[in-house]
Amino acid sequence: MSRRSLISISDLDRSEIARILRVSNRFAEVMTRDIKKVPTLRGRTVINLFLEPSTRTSTSFELAGKRLSADVINVKGSGSSIEKGETLKDTVITLGSYAPDVLVIRHASVGACQLAARHTDAAVVNAGDGKHEHPTQTLLDLYTIEREVGPLDGLHIAFVGDVAHSRVARSGIRGFQAMGARVTLIAPPTLIPRDAEDALGVAASTDIRDVADADVVYVLRMQLERMGPGGFVPSLREYAATYGIGHARLRPGQRVMHAGPINRGVEITGELADDPATLIERQAANGMIVRMAVLYDLLAEPAEAAASAAPLGVVAA
Amino acid sequence: MPARLAQRPAPPASLVVRGTRVLDPAAGIDEVRDLVVAGGRIGGPLPKDAEEVDGAGLVAVPGFVDPHVHLRTPGREDLEDIATGTRAAAAGGFVTIVAMPNTAPVVDTAPVLRALLERGEREAVVRVGFYAAITVGQAGRELTEQAELAETGACGFTDDGHPVADAQVMRRALQYQRITGLPLVLHEEDPSLSARGVMHEGAVASRLGLAGIPSISESVAVARDAVLAEYEGGRIHVCHVSAAETVEEIRRARERGVAITAEVTPHHLVLTDREVEALDPTRHKMNPPLREESDRRALIAALREGVLDCVATDHAPHAADEKEVPFEEAPFGVTGLETAFAACHTHLVRTGDLPLETLVRRMGADAAAAVGLPAPTLADGAPADVALIDPEARWVVGEGGFQSRSRNSAFLGEELVGRVVMTIAGGAMAWRS
Repeated sequence: MSRRSLISISDLDRSEIARILRVSNRFAEVMTRDIKKVPTLRGRTVINLFLEPSTRTSTSFELAGKRLSADVINVKGSGSSIEKGETLKDTVITLGSYAPDVLVIRHASVGACQLAARHTDAAVVNAGDGKHEHPTQTLLDLYTIEREVGPLDGLHIAFVGDVAHSRVARSGIRGFQAMGARVTLIAPPTLIPRDAEDALGVAASTDIRDVADADVVYVLRMQLERMGPGGFVPSLREYAATYGIGHARLRPGQRVMHAGPINRGVEITGELADDPATLIERQAANGMIVRMAVLYDLLAEPAEAAASAAPLGVVAA
Repeated sequence: MPARLAQRPAPPASLVVRGTRVLDPAAGIDEVRDLVVAGGRIGGPLPKDAEEVDGAGLVAVPGFVDPHVHLRTPGREDLEDIATGTRAAAAGGFVTIVAMPNTAPVVDTAPVLRALLERGEREAVVRVGFYAAITVGQAGRELTEQAELAETGACGFTDDGHPVADAQVMRRALQYQRITGLPLVLHEEDPSLSARGVMHEGAVASRLGLAGIPSISESVAVARDAVLAEYEGGRIHVCHVSAAETVEEIRRARERGVAITAEVTPHHLVLTDREVEALDPTRHKMNPPLREESDRRALIAALREGVLDCVATDHAPHAADEKEVPFEEAPFGVTGLETAFAACHTHLVRTGDLPLETLVRRMGADAAAAVGLPAPTLADGAPADVALIDPEARWVVGEGGFQSRSRNSAFLGEELVGRVVMTIAGGAMAWRS
């Protein structure tokens, strides 16, 4: 499946997701070695085009490429020709002229990856396009849940908070459902997308007490930068009091996730964010492993990808 | 104060279309016979050297009238000018079009309007009229000098592209309408509700994570302006109705006697927000946005019944570059003059949703009446305004280019059935395929 793009989590069916999670397991093993670099993608080129702020996704994609021995180039919005007014199309065509194998794109606008894919031969990986999708986040979330909680089949996951502005939720809902999980949205009525139940195949609730039913409570960041004027909630103070997640709202055994960055004291209490029992730090660590698996899955030859013995020999440092 | 329509002088056409279906529902004509055009008029003795056209299998109808186009002139002649825009109109069977004033500069003073009309007299292959702005700079605050603009020949007043958000300003415009007698042509949108939306608010927007433009942003504005028009005894024409709720507001207003007319575009009649899933702003980003199937059905039914008076294209040319950006960043608007009849014919007439006779009325006589323009007719002695249509011709939109300078058609690449093969506008040959 080389040169296929990963723009939406829906680009992958259940068996393809399962395959990427299996490959992730093998890369997790590599990360336990002294030398954490393998020659798998030697000679391949990955360009990370990040036009919106990012710490976790950009760092983990860069490291993922490097630990697979690919040549990795990072292009950011500031300091690039984008600042001089170059359009995304022209930037993509320019980068495409260097014949990269993969173009990883983070952009503030929905549809940026579709546009890019129309203008490059490289495989396009969506690292977050506006409020639309963030498929590699979903893959790392699935990987984290499988490792730390158990099989997705029959699991109940509740997204809590700013669903309307969340690409993490939008990809997550579909990805979790594809793997057999049940998803509930719990949010203030102003932050639940219209027709959410029909559009997304979820249950929706405005009552925070409904988190009690969930096996996994996935806390969403209040995306103040995407809300604009007008106010979706009266105040962050009221939001924290009404929908914020802390130990007091959880029952024993519930696992908590958050894609970061965290607004401490808003959607999650600082105390809970620091609790090692949450999966938050595991998510960050697994991000790189799963992104290695994604790059591998996109670039390895079909026969190679199908083989269970991937070339994971150590590279001499 | 009559609206002025401009057209380039051209020799009057003389020809006979042999054995064609002559269809003018408004005049009660539907028969297979010869249609004579002599010296630029319908009927009369045929000149000896007149051309003979084989009309077998074709339909001759009164030329279409489009009360809503953007010719981008002055200011963005790189997107469209009066010559290319009227050629696109002619290729679509239109004989009269009216251009919107959201240009640079805005058509908000008599000299700008006068210059446009003069340009129309040099360049337009079909009749072109111009609306002037309701408010200076379309900024929604001060009324334009509407008496002078009417005297100069404005077809009406509109801030199209922007709603008149301030109710008091709209009320003043309705009061002032008693001087001009010209229609107020309203882009109905409550900007506090549509906010930063880029597509219809509904299930598809929820899946895509795109900010929605709710249907109520349109119906709320129509409800307000219907109440104002009723109170002031004014007359309003509602642009590009897109939502079922709006249809209901118009129906209710009309039932209580408000002088309200309304138009609907071919793309809202034919397409839905499902198209947006492709995230291609060139074809599917426009304002008002494509809505749901239930809205589309309501629009078709309302057009059939006459609650919506007419079809208007909202022809909105944009450069390829402007549209080749992520969906959220692209400007609103699609072209429509060259595809209007074919799209409606393919997706409404051939499917049995709308009789051909009704479509011909709604694109012709009813469109003219909605904004107070003379209606084209095939009655003997009338100026020749004829669209000759091959109802079985299949063609792919965009193949072979466009007459318009822009190609941002909602139907780009699609095969449509039915094509205008000849247009005679104001007595002169304007288009032959």
